[in-house]
Amino acid sequence: MKEKREGFVVFENVQKTYDGNELVVKNLNLEIFKGEFLTMLGPSGSGKTTCLMMLAGFESSTHGEIRLGSKPIGNIPPHKRGIGMVFQNYALFPHMSVGENLAFPLEVRKIGKSFREEKIKRVLEIVKMTDFINRRPAQLSGGQQQRIALARSLVFEPELVLMDEPLGALDKQLREHMQYEIKHIHEQLGVTVVYVTHDQSEALTMSDRVAVFNEGVVQQLDTPVNIYEKPLNSFVAQFIGENNKLVGTIIKESKGVVQAKLRNSKQIKGIRVNSGKEGTDALFSIRPERVFLDKKNSESIEAQVLELIYLGDHVRCRMKVADNEDFILKIPNSSQTTSLRVGQKTQVSWRVEDCRALDLAN
Amino acid sequence: MNNFTEENFSSDGVSLKKKLRRSLFKSKMRAFFLVLPLLAFLAIFFVIPIINLLSQSFLDFRYATLMPGSTQALKDWDGKSFPTEEIAKAMVIDLIQAKKNKTIGKVATRVNRELSGTRSLFTKTARAANKMEAPYMEALIKKDKKWENLKTWQAIKISSMAVTPSYLLAAVDRKYTAEGEIIQQDENRRIHVTLFLRTIEISVIVTLATLLLGYPVAFLMASLPLRTSNLLLILVLLPFWTSLLVRTTAWIAMLQSSGVVNDLLVFLGVTADDARFSLIYNKTGTLIAMTHILLPFMILPIYSVMKTISPSFVMAAKSMGATNWTAFWRVYFPMTIPGVGAGAILVFILAIGYYITPALVGGQDGQMISNIIDFHMRSSLNWNLAAALGLVLLIFILFFFWLYDRFVGIDNMKLG
Amino acid sequence: MKLKNILIGAFVGAGLATSVTAGSITVVSWGGAYTKSQVEAYHKPWMTKTGHQVVSEDYNGGLAEVKAQVDAGNVTWDLVDVEKSDAVKGCDEGLLETIDHGSLPKGADGSVATSDFIDGALTECAVANIVWSTIFAYDKSKMSNGPKTIKDFFDTSKFPGKRGLRKSPKANLEMALAADGVAAGDVYKVLGTAAGVDRAFKKLDTIKDSVVWWEAGAQPPQLLADGEVAMTTAYNGRIFNAFAGEGKPFEIVWDAQVFDMDLWVIPKGAPNKDLAMDFLKFSTATEQLAGQASWISYGPARKSSAPLVASYHNKPSLKMGPHMPTAPENFKTAIANDFEFWADNGDELTERFNSWLAK
Repeated sequence: MKEKREGFVVFENVQKTYDGNELVVKNLNLEIFKGEFLTMLGPSGSGKTTCLMMLAGFESSTHGEIRLGSKPIGNIPPHKRGIGMVFQNYALFPHMSVGENLAFPLEVRKIGKSFREEKIKRVLEIVKMTDFINRRPAQLSGGQQQRIALARSLVFEPELVLMDEPLGALDKQLREHMQYEIKHIHEQLGVTVVYVTHDQSEALTMSDRVAVFNEGVVQQLDTPVNIYEKPLNSFVAQFIGENNKLVGTIIKESKGVVQAKLRNSKQIKGIRVNSGKEGTDALFSIRPERVFLDKKNSESIEAQVLELIYLGDHVRCRMKVADNEDFILKIPNSSQTTSLRVGQKTQVSWRVEDCRALDLAN
Repeated sequence: MNNFTEENFSSDGVSLKKKLRRSLFKSKMRAFFLVLPLLAFLAIFFVIPIINLLSQSFLDFRYATLMPGSTQALKDWDGKSFPTEEIAKAMVIDLIQAKKNKTIGKVATRVNRELSGTRSLFTKTARAANKMEAPYMEALIKKDKKWENLKTWQAIKISSMAVTPSYLLAAVDRKYTAEGEIIQQDENRRIHVTLFLRTIEISVIVTLATLLLGYPVAFLMASLPLRTSNLLLILVLLPFWTSLLVRTTAWIAMLQSSGVVNDLLVFLGVTADDARFSLIYNKTGTLIAMTHILLPFMILPIYSVMKTISPSFVMAAKSMGATNWTAFWRVYFPMTIPGVGAGAILVFILAIGYYITPALVGGQDGQMISNIIDFHMRSSLNWNLAAALGLVLLIFILFFFWLYDRFVGIDNMKLG
Repeated sequence: MKLKNILIGAFVGAGLATSVTAGSITVVSWGGAYTKSQVEAYHKPWMTKTGHQVVSEDYNGGLAEVKAQVDAGNVTWDLVDVEKSDAVKGCDEGLLETIDHGSLPKGADGSVATSDFIDGALTECAVANIVWSTIFAYDKSKMSNGPKTIKDFFDTSKFPGKRGLRKSPKANLEMALAADGVAAGDVYKVLGTAAGVDRAFKKLDTIKDSVVWWEAGAQPPQLLADGEVAMTTAYNGRIFNAFAGEGKPFEIVWDAQVFDMDLWVIPKGAPNKDLAMDFLKFSTATEQLAGQASWISYGPARKSSAPLVASYHNKPSLKMGPHMPTAPENFKTAIANDFEFWADNGDELTERFNSWLAK
């Protein structure tokens, strides 16, 4: 937020290794801006939690620098960083009541009793848990514990809150509900949040920006819309949402459009993203909801119905397209679907802009 | 589904509550039958013998059953005036009978506990009793002058009481007199109170020492990766693989004046060759050996509790601004209290009844109450006094349990 | 602690080793070198002669086990080697079978048993086999000009160093009085008075701070060997065994030795009473008692055995005679343990002793 608008949190060339051989985090560069909700998304072992722990101070980086508010924090112990943190198992202190748990960060900061009580009251109102102040954590449900854990990370008004898969232990319904709550609290307080998860829907729902991690490298750092709509490589495309994949050999490329030949000699076109040179293979990726059961769009191809799964609001249709027998269509539940039968041959089509030509690396 | 306001009925019209009770009763009975063999085993081989033994601390029917006549005659005696001829007669008749029944030894042993020297008085007099003639008191005194002594008769009167406070009082260095007073034991025979206090002192010190030594080890084990901590665990358990006797004897080899420790200290110049430390055959020896032997009992419960504590608790505390010490003292340590409590009470109770180690390395001032109990069980055969000492010890232990429950909470204990 | 070893007679095949059938008795003794001497001198010849088996068990003395077995009505021991105090006490309490002295074999010289056994060896329920004694000993390799009398034992300025004493008032009080100048014959007379007891404890006070207390008979030779004590009281057989068997340079001082007996008793209701009685008679015959004395330096309880005592079983040059408590040279100032005195005053003196110790 300075004149050159440096991020509130900056990772600069950060590397981390545990065993001296393998880098868990490979040369991470990341800026997080004040008030932003940034999610680190990736499969387990991708280095996202390590990054969070380095930021919190429980791990030290092997190389590079982490800055918080433009100050390097490499040598600052965790308890002096003033970062709030929420853990997957909530880490509520079982021997203290809800009130005592919330008072803890204030007590160690030597904040007076009346001021303390006021802050606790306010934060409990935010998470809608005012009536539970005298309960023990064991007397609370998972969702309630989660709210208290959240409140405890906020009560001392840190500028940065880290959340390490905080909703991982909740059931699906509660998890979705809590996503909105966390999002609302973030909007209400304007605090900077760094959120770690392996759940893409969580990431898309809550974040201002998402950093997709894989093998210690940030694959893509972008808004949820762009992460979903415009994946920059095949890993991101496959990791986020569902994808139909067609592999073809590039014939030519012009004006950002790649033309390729599929295994069944059928030609296909797509927007170039990071596909290779002419003559190499590329991966063409089309989202299922962008494929239509007609030939109205520019790209049309023959398909055979293999399986139909009724899902209420839509029908999931698995088809054979070219040599891909896992080509998925999501057909809205309307009169159109009733005519489909397994084994039936038909045409599917999509727009060129919805087909992205990616690397075949992964 | 049904809207009965008062009581709910199942389809066949039987009250649901009744049905529930019946099915619960069935499952309770099944549970009861499952544990019945163990309950019976415990009752027969554990509870009943213990009650039986402990009851000996205040019940002693020996004299009353074996010498019924004199017991009856002494009942009305005030304990101050000189006994009547009637009492003497009953005594002689009892002695003749006891000699015939070969029970005179038991009687003599009983009375001798109240007054030293009366054992031979009884056995000797009994041998001559069938030749005695009236007046019997004179005959008795003629046989042995001790019959003239009022103290002898007072001792007999006390022995004749079936419900007797003598043993319990003796266990706390008190004496019951024929006049019904409770007085202090002669100064040079007082020992039990000293030993009880010392037993508690040693147990407390050992408990604290094992806690101080064991806690960091448990912490280290809990924070190391599993493979390393398993290795450490084996090292902690290693002493269990050797017999207690061997471990204690090993300490003798280590600590005696020509032992390893003293040799090392002399070699290092800490002490002179002729001024070696007395590390064994005294309280120091008992403390060192007991601390070592009981250490695993402290480490294991603490370790098993620490293992379940996620590192995120301490991380959370630190992220909230707690220093290492605050995070430990306010967050980590309270969470280990169930283990510490279990370890402490385990070690304390094991220590308070410890016997082999103090017997071997305790010397004169490292003896504990169980050594005296053992002495009365095996050597002096005074099981009544042993039972009384055991009862007092049991009361102590229950008292400490109560204290523990009061301040820590017994349900807060976790053994692993 | 109960080491059960099954000894098999020469006639009994190895195949029968595991089954203790009728024709076997359980004999309980003190273990170590002492039990070995009994196995060699009594058990083996008896098994050879009769074809029965002897199951040998060890115990640590006292009447507790016998009392427990008799009280429970489940007696498994047939014959027990006890100290005299326990023999008399157990008899008085009805824990032991009475023994008909007339049925004991005559001595080798033809004298009847009652006159052949030394004084006090026969009691209503027990027959003695050995005379043993509490003496004090030192390591002569560490003390060239060693102590000569009991006074030296209590003189820590003339002979500095720790003293080993049995953790019991028995023998200690007697020795303390002897060291304080009381003649052997008067010891119990003095000890019978309150002043005498005070005098004994006062004498013990003078060395209390240098005392290492022992309880098991095997400890004193170990204490001496380790240099843990300069001198220690001990059972004479254990010290003898240490120098005869292991070549330890230990020297016994016989001044003011307190001698006592070990006796065979049969617990009341012993399962094989008749066999046990047969074994008892066999083992207390002149020849067997003399034979045992070639394995350990405890004196035979029969007068007729004395002339037959020869030398240590595997060292013909080592004559046993001079090492016996009863040897005239050793016996001059000997104190006979007075059972009656200890039966009457044991409890009180032990209490006082324990209380004195704890201070």
